[in-house]
Amino acid sequence: MKVKGRVFKYGSDVDTDVIIPARYLNTTSEKELASHCMEDIDPTFIRNVKAGDIIVAEDNFGCGSSREHAPIAIKASGVALVIANSFARIFYRNAINIGLPILECPEAVAAIKNGDTVSCDLGSGTVTDETTGKSFTAEPFPPFIQEIISDGGLIKHISKVKA
Amino acid sequence: MSMTMSQKILAAHAGVKEVKAGQLINAKLDLVLANDITGPVAIKEFEKAGVKDVFDKSKIALVMDHFVPNKDIKSAQQCKTCRDFVAEKGLTNFFDVGRMGIEHALLPEQGLVGAGDLVIGADSHTCTYGALGAFSTGVGSTDMCAGMMSGECWFKVPSAIKFVLKGKPSEYICGKDIILHIIGKIGVDGALYKSMEFCGDGVGYLNIDDRFTICNMAIEAGAKNGIFPVDDVTKEYMNGRFKRQAKIYEADADAAYDAVEEIDLTSLKPTVSFPHLPENTKTSENWGNIKIDQVVIGSCTNGHISDLRIAANILKGKKVAKGVRAIIIPATNQIYLEALREGLIETFIQSGAVVSTPTCGPCLGGYMGILAEGERAVSTTNRNFVGRMGHTSSEVYLASPYVAAASAVTGRLTSPEEVM
Repeated sequence: MKVKGRVFKYGSDVDTDVIIPARYLNTTSEKELASHCMEDIDPTFIRNVKAGDIIVAEDNFGCGSSREHAPIAIKASGVALVIANSFARIFYRNAINIGLPILECPEAVAAIKNGDTVSCDLGSGTVTDETTGKSFTAEPFPPFIQEIISDGGLIKHISKVKA
Repeated sequence: MSMTMSQKILAAHAGVKEVKAGQLINAKLDLVLANDITGPVAIKEFEKAGVKDVFDKSKIALVMDHFVPNKDIKSAQQCKTCRDFVAEKGLTNFFDVGRMGIEHALLPEQGLVGAGDLVIGADSHTCTYGALGAFSTGVGSTDMCAGMMSGECWFKVPSAIKFVLKGKPSEYICGKDIILHIIGKIGVDGALYKSMEFCGDGVGYLNIDDRFTICNMAIEAGAKNGIFPVDDVTKEYMNGRFKRQAKIYEADADAAYDAVEEIDLTSLKPTVSFPHLPENTKTSENWGNIKIDQVVIGSCTNGHISDLRIAANILKGKKVAKGVRAIIIPATNQIYLEALREGLIETFIQSGAVVSTPTCGPCLGGYMGILAEGERAVSTTNRNFVGRMGHTSSEVYLASPYVAAASAVTGRLTSPEEVM
């Protein structure tokens, strides 16, 4: 699976409350959740994000609540990949379970700037900053996790395996 | 082979003699939990999967607590989704208006969780039950759904940090100060993916509510779980309440830990997390003059009966400062009733506070106490992220019930000694 898009860059400890504020948790509609994605940290995000774009952040991305609405909102906003130094534990599991590609790659995070165009081969973990021409290698997920992500999440994956 | 207390519980539920940190295991669950926010997402997934029945009707708990009694049509619709699912699947542990309470105070109170259990819940503060000697951890809705389907969940066995609590805390210091101090020390990702295991002679000075508060906020240090050893305090709490047989596990004396932190409880001072991260802690001498608009005493962190007693003891015979809105929320109906019988509710109302029905409401900026632009709250809740309780320019100061009640009296962030 390959992705390419423009980077939205953030700092450390981007929490689930700023990714999707609790005042919008009275719905499970993916479209509606996406319309408020990143609202409390970057109110212009949703106007500017395009399908295939990439979020890059520093440490502990997705800390706080267990709300799966957070990775759901990011995925439904069109974001194709989140690269961070590290992810909070529950967000990490949730992202895999709903099929949102994520990668831990501190070297890439340090070098990539907001607005750069970045491409990534999720199978090999190669991240390329097309703007600067620099490449980085992240540890890719093992094949079974990659399969869950490419099937669109854990439940779809289980249904496919059982069928 | 030696194991931590958390690892022993995981091994027992995976049906193996031993586990090692980093190992992937599949384990059997004693209870699977969701609420009115995470439940509907899990139910949607459950229906997508096309499975007919849940693995065990008595081992799933659905608790309506975040936006109930419902704040708007959409949240009412979400509760209806849960209610319909419960009726269709015949689930026995459903807690709705009238039987309600905040999930992490309610499930221990109802005897649905206890020592030796393995519990997952689609709420990050599920780690609270470690206070009873259980391994419990927060997951997302999809994991919760898979748990409802199979009664199992896969885990990466965590390594652990050992926290040796030493000595007796002084007056006006409670579980909240201890956990805020620890988070201030190790940071919001200081225990990422790890267990936080508490031990030491200081444990004996902590009542069960202090322990719930401490384990509740383990997630605020990024931890997978927090856990206390089982002692007489735990047994007394579970006695006549816990519906299953308690299983007591102890960490091996030579268990390996990533780090050992000694916490001197005797020297702790009232501690508050300043905006906008729980790790931004300051002790009372460094608070300065922080004027406030609101005080919230409640939540899964500090809505227990001990917390209400602390608050009432400070507010008795005093008045909430002019211009301050003090909102007190008992965590369960049972706690509400106890507080009523003990006269605490009367004390609160006479002091000029309001008392709400149990709800998570203001803690996550849902309803029942939302902050306007630039407003400040001292709150006994668990998170002070940007916009957590309302407007993105509002501020939340996380504090103990002692500090919150004292601040309600003066109208500024205040140490309890000042008003007592």
